[in-house]
Amino acid sequence: MMQDTRQSSSRDPLLRVEHLVVEYAVGGKTVHAVSDVSLQVARGETLGLVGESGCGKSTLGRAVLQLRRPVSGRVLFDGQDLAAMHGDTLRQMRRRVQLIFQDPIASLNPRRRIGEIIAEPLVIAGVKDPRKRQELVCEVLSAVGLDPGLVTGRLPHEFSGGQCQRICIARALVLNPEFIICDEPVSALDVSIRAQILNLLEDMKARFGLTLLFIAHDLAVVKAVSDRVAVMYLGRLCEVGPSEQLFARPAHPYTALLIEAIPVPDPDVRPAESVPVGEPPSPMSPPSGCRFRTRCPRADQRCIDEVPELRPVAPDQFVACHHPLIATG
Amino acid sequence: MTEPALLSVEGVTVDLPTPRGNLRAVDHVDLTIGAGRTLGVVGESGCGKTMLSRAILQLLPKKAKLSGRVMFDGQDLVRLQPERLRKLRGRSLAVVFQDPMTSLNPVLTIGTQLIETLQEHLELDGVAAKRRSAELLAAVGIPAPEQRLTQYPHQLSGGMRQRVAIAIALSCEPKLLIADEPTTALDVTIQAQILDLLAREQRRRHMAMILITHDLGVVAGRTDEVAVMYAGRVVERAPTPELFKKMRMPYTEALLAAIPKIDAAPHTPLPAIPGRPPDPTRPIQGCSFSPRCRYAAGRCYREKPVLADAESPGHQYACFHPIEAAAGVCA
Repeated sequence: MMQDTRQSSSRDPLLRVEHLVVEYAVGGKTVHAVSDVSLQVARGETLGLVGESGCGKSTLGRAVLQLRRPVSGRVLFDGQDLAAMHGDTLRQMRRRVQLIFQDPIASLNPRRRIGEIIAEPLVIAGVKDPRKRQELVCEVLSAVGLDPGLVTGRLPHEFSGGQCQRICIARALVLNPEFIICDEPVSALDVSIRAQILNLLEDMKARFGLTLLFIAHDLAVVKAVSDRVAVMYLGRLCEVGPSEQLFARPAHPYTALLIEAIPVPDPDVRPAESVPVGEPPSPMSPPSGCRFRTRCPRADQRCIDEVPELRPVAPDQFVACHHPLIATG
Repeated sequence: MTEPALLSVEGVTVDLPTPRGNLRAVDHVDLTIGAGRTLGVVGESGCGKTMLSRAILQLLPKKAKLSGRVMFDGQDLVRLQPERLRKLRGRSLAVVFQDPMTSLNPVLTIGTQLIETLQEHLELDGVAAKRRSAELLAAVGIPAPEQRLTQYPHQLSGGMRQRVAIAIALSCEPKLLIADEPTTALDVTIQAQILDLLAREQRRRHMAMILITHDLGVVAGRTDEVAVMYAGRVVERAPTPELFKKMRMPYTEALLAAIPKIDAAPHTPLPAIPGRPPDPTRPIQGCSFSPRCRYAAGRCYREKPVLADAESPGHQYACFHPIEAAAGVCA
């Protein structure tokens, strides 16, 4: 609505994730959290990342920031590989990328005043002048719709979940970042508050010229804010495409299943008697070939033997499936 | 509905003492549900929907003060002796909670928990109870039920645990099942499966069901009637299709509008509800939605609107400035 959205992923990517693999050990076993995922986010774009719990979407977000180091693969931010950076150089780059978490109350230190919480990134970044810091804190608080005079001296418990998420957004904005990773930023909030925060994120994106990676499990929420959407399942990317197109014509059976499963607030839309599709297998022992095959109505021998590669099915739409729902041109 | 109600909640009020003063969690709620019917109770967190379900089940915290009547199958549960109440709960009155991890006992096997319920209420012997348990697990879609009986809750996924909780709730053929946010902790594909399961069992057993949720999408295609709660009160109540098409209460309208729609174009600004729900320890003098309502005017800030009948049967709302009945469609 506010700016033209660049649908093409090839134009000016700010973030490029290449063949990212993230694994971790749990009780002697390996969790294959992210397996060979490649994606890019163009400058000024919002990429939505959806999937169910345990699909690796949060791990992917954290691996971008190197909060969890990948096993292999590259994370190119503005052309530089974050995965190869350490210490000070990495810290310098992290200023340009910020993170907003799901639980806004848990992500604020309960013993510190809001003013200090938001100023802390500035202190770390070396803004020495307290007045300058105060000025910046007031600026971001006003931007997120809070009155700095009423807010800075108070503690997090004095605020509701929605207000705490505004504070978290203010803290993420204070260093004037280019890129923000939002990890389920509204799933802990009530419907009436959720809409306020989604609108705020959209406003902030336009006002500060941000690029967003928006991670969520709710497809309708993701569609509301994203230019393009990437769907993840058990650590792999299933499908990527422009939001509208992906929802109108999903190519991956998993994307179609997700769309069908959303409860629609309309009594005329009878819930589809869902096909019994079972539950996702464990990421500790993912199925061979296509990881969705154990729940997929279209699966055959090829899906057991061969890992499907991401390939184009429509303009800007890519799918990793041997038997996509739309014919490849 | 001419048949007598299976459950009728009459003027139920729940007060909880807190360090900050009295918290009125439920404020004069009246509801009825007939045998074999489904009622959705919708509202945001803190609106009192869970406290209402606990008031029906007589499972309120000790400090809570309850007034009003809860008539179930001809008896007032509020005044029933604890012994008789215990016989009723789990047998004709069952419940499924949001979090199956905390509602199941972590140190007992699935089988022990099912068999315990069956033996307590149906006086089955061990062999019969075990056979019945396996049948119940199969009925709720759990593969290899015999093996599952020997497993512990932590060995099952969230969706499977919720199926077990449903199996336990259904084990004694209840007349009424209260499902309190049964799918909130689950993923969307699993949510659809569990909601289908509940709907199927409800129809098959001709059981009444109260489905408590914050998600209007969950109740839309799956209930006969919906009650919308705000700040401890029922603010609108109607047959489900009527509620969605001819809502009169501005809160219902605002709540529905604030949900992101899957068919809306990306970057469409959402009609958010300004502000936030009132602090339940500081009651508002007028309509509790008035500070956030775009139709609010003078009287709304002074007087509390009572739940009154709309033109169509079974539809009630509490508002001085209701939304005009939708022109064109069915008006």
